[in-house]
Amino acid sequence: MAIPKICGIETEYGVLARGVEMSAVAASSILVNAYAGRDFASTWDFSAERPFVDAREDRVFGSTFPEIEYQQANTVLTNGARFYVDHAHPEVSSPECRTALEAVRWDVAADEVMRRSMTKASDALGDSAEIVVYKNNSDGKGNSYGCHENYLVDRMIPFGHLAAAITAHFVTRQVFCGAGKLGSEVGPSVDGRLFQVSQRAEFFEEEVGLETTVRRPIVNTRDEPHADASRFRRLHVIVGDANMSEFATLLKVGTTAIVLAMIEDSFFPIDLVLRAPVEAIRRISANPRLSESVETVDGRRMTALDIQHVLHERACMWAERHGLESVGVECGRLVLDEWGRVLDDLSNDPETARDRVDWVAKQTMIESYASTRGVLPADARLKAIDIQYHDLRPGRTLADKAGLRRLIDPDDVISAVTDPPASTRAFFRGSVLARWPEAVVAANWDSLVLDVGADVLVRVPMDDPLRGTHDLVSQILDAAATPADLVRALGIRRDDMTA
Amino acid sequence: MGARRQRSSSAPTETVVAAAEAPSVNRSEALDGLDDLLDEIDEALEANAEEFVRNYVQKGGQ
Repeated sequence: MAIPKICGIETEYGVLARGVEMSAVAASSILVNAYAGRDFASTWDFSAERPFVDAREDRVFGSTFPEIEYQQANTVLTNGARFYVDHAHPEVSSPECRTALEAVRWDVAADEVMRRSMTKASDALGDSAEIVVYKNNSDGKGNSYGCHENYLVDRMIPFGHLAAAITAHFVTRQVFCGAGKLGSEVGPSVDGRLFQVSQRAEFFEEEVGLETTVRRPIVNTRDEPHADASRFRRLHVIVGDANMSEFATLLKVGTTAIVLAMIEDSFFPIDLVLRAPVEAIRRISANPRLSESVETVDGRRMTALDIQHVLHERACMWAERHGLESVGVECGRLVLDEWGRVLDDLSNDPETARDRVDWVAKQTMIESYASTRGVLPADARLKAIDIQYHDLRPGRTLADKAGLRRLIDPDDVISAVTDPPASTRAFFRGSVLARWPEAVVAANWDSLVLDVGADVLVRVPMDDPLRGTHDLVSQILDAAATPADLVRALGIRRDDMTA
Repeated sequence: MGARRQRSSSAPTETVVAAAEAPSVNRSEALDGLDDLLDEIDEALEANAEEFVRNYVQKGGQ
């Protein structure tokens, strides 16, 4: 039976310092520190980080092991998120969420965190300088940075099976969650005028692998569950684009959660395996008419929309048979409805999906601008529209002018900047941090280290993402006057303590 | 999408088609709306687009 699809989104934002000479690392650090200075900062606990553990038993030697960067700005927020500098980019890792709809809410809240950081940083830098953040995935010059998703998966599912099944979805879901891009920037077909469905697709070179910064694989094998490794996997998804459209984020996360739950329930169509996934993901991206067909291992030719229609149909049957508890019943229904609707719209006339699909909204904007203003295809203003579609400065965000439908109430976004989801262990992390910031010595996804005024520090283990929820711990938190009370009430024993 | 792209060499035609597809909006309102939108885009766009695009360079990430 499918396990609850706990999920989260990590976004590496593009960053530019303007009117002042500084490195991207320095600019990113200023953003994190400016924000943390106002709310508060805490030290991230790296002792449990193992990004180099490979989910495949037959490890690939010679892989480039991800490096953990210890020295750069790093903080945990009261909403349960982590805000830090990663590979010369400011990055927000959202709190663990129970549904795709929650993931959208905390993703949009992360954008608001970045906006507040920009304002604080620019105030500190004075009138002539500013730091600007872009929620995109490429600079148009061959450099890419990621927007990753994470999903809780049952450890019982063999990784090879999981990877083989999910690939067809990862290659084709870009038709509704691609963010669009003007130009191709990876040789040999570099072309500034080609409009692509996806920002990221052309950066993928392998089907399955451990790397995330070079030779990027469609399915990433990083096996770092941040939870009880005997029960759980965390599927680390690096193939997606960062979305400005809330609907696109809902569908990106919601459909992937459903497909993973189908795999766990042995309900995935086993004949949906592509012959050449790397070539397919690039070709689909390079064809915004959506007419490109790709070959399955059993010799059928299908377009991305054909494959998505099959997956959607199968998902509706799965929902009938198994129910939607694993993805949240209400959210699951919304995702199935919107998934079907967007596929129908894209099949009939892609332009009708421009209020939900980023690449369609962006392409429509660029084409309207070019044709009405009489701008030549090579004019830099068109690429500037592409980049500034993702500009997070208020008033400069072109996505805000594209007529995208909103999904999350603006008040719920603002509250999610400070409040954690009630539905996962993020609630415990965020609530403890909000109440007793000075007692939190270190935090990690799966533990908190507290100074309770004794001779030893206390590590509170959080191995299960489904514990530590509002329902399970709010009474204990409310009853505790001090961190020491809390630790006693939780029944933390002496042997759980760490010096 | 392909048909739309072929039309895009003649801007006014594209706008008229868009207006015809949305009967509640008359042609001049649609044109005004588009003009307003393009003005807003021009306001938000970097003043020197060429320099901005050239200088938009990021370090690779994950």
